[in-house]
Amino acid sequence: MSAVAVVAAVLAVAGGVGVIASRRPVRSVLSLLLTLLSLAVLFIGLGAEFIGLIQIIVYAGAVMVLFVFVISLLSAKNEPLERPVSLLPGQERWGGVAAAVLAVLLIVAGLRHAYPAARSVFDGYGAVRAFGEALFYEHVFVLQLAALLLMVAVVGVVILIARRS
Amino acid sequence: MPGFAIEGYVIVSVVLFALGIAGVLVRRSPLVMLMAIELMWGAAALLFLAFARQFALMDGHVFSFLILVVGAAEAAIGLGLIVLLFRAREAVDVDEVRELRG
Repeated sequence: MSAVAVVAAVLAVAGGVGVIASRRPVRSVLSLLLTLLSLAVLFIGLGAEFIGLIQIIVYAGAVMVLFVFVISLLSAKNEPLERPVSLLPGQERWGGVAAAVLAVLLIVAGLRHAYPAARSVFDGYGAVRAFGEALFYEHVFVLQLAALLLMVAVVGVVILIARRS
Repeated sequence: MPGFAIEGYVIVSVVLFALGIAGVLVRRSPLVMLMAIELMWGAAALLFLAFARQFALMDGHVFSFLILVVGAAEAAIGLGLIVLLFRAREAVDVDEVRELRG
């Protein structure tokens, strides 16, 4: 990994810690924003220019604005904080232990395998043209699936929210 | 990019995914749980792109595009559900939603 990638990875992990460690939801959203922008840097460093830009525009832009909007909607009366003590005894401790065990197992599993040497990328790898060719020539079904999914999501949200008389 | 090593990306992705799992398991605010799920989407997309770079294929890009789409749709529906939940019973803690308890 290059120096830029290492810095972006550290920032992404720091933002991830901030998401689950902050008490106030607004700080969680800002930490998530840091993580998503660092991930976009990592994506672009991997040659995925188009996906990195989409990540910035769609995720760090649109989806995060949606989160902030919902938080401000919920905060109209009082801050949307969770109750201080869980009803499930030991939830924090055992949840953290389970996540740590999973992380160790996944890292061991991921590093046990000896990966072949990386192939050299072709010219224009990850640019809009190559991405468009892959999406529209080889994976048209994925594109149609995504379109159907977005439509279902939009209709579902409208039905969910607007059903109240 | 000479000397590309995928192991670092695998580790970063695993750590982000585990942070997302920890957030879903430990936190009880539905908003923060949704954000932790977004962390897991991001980790999965990073792994797809890292292996796409490893094998110099564009297919991983298509699938991380699909991950972005699914993540956005999930965020929209999840936030709609949270708003509904809050309207119905002022609940900002999943412990307060116990009507489905057996």
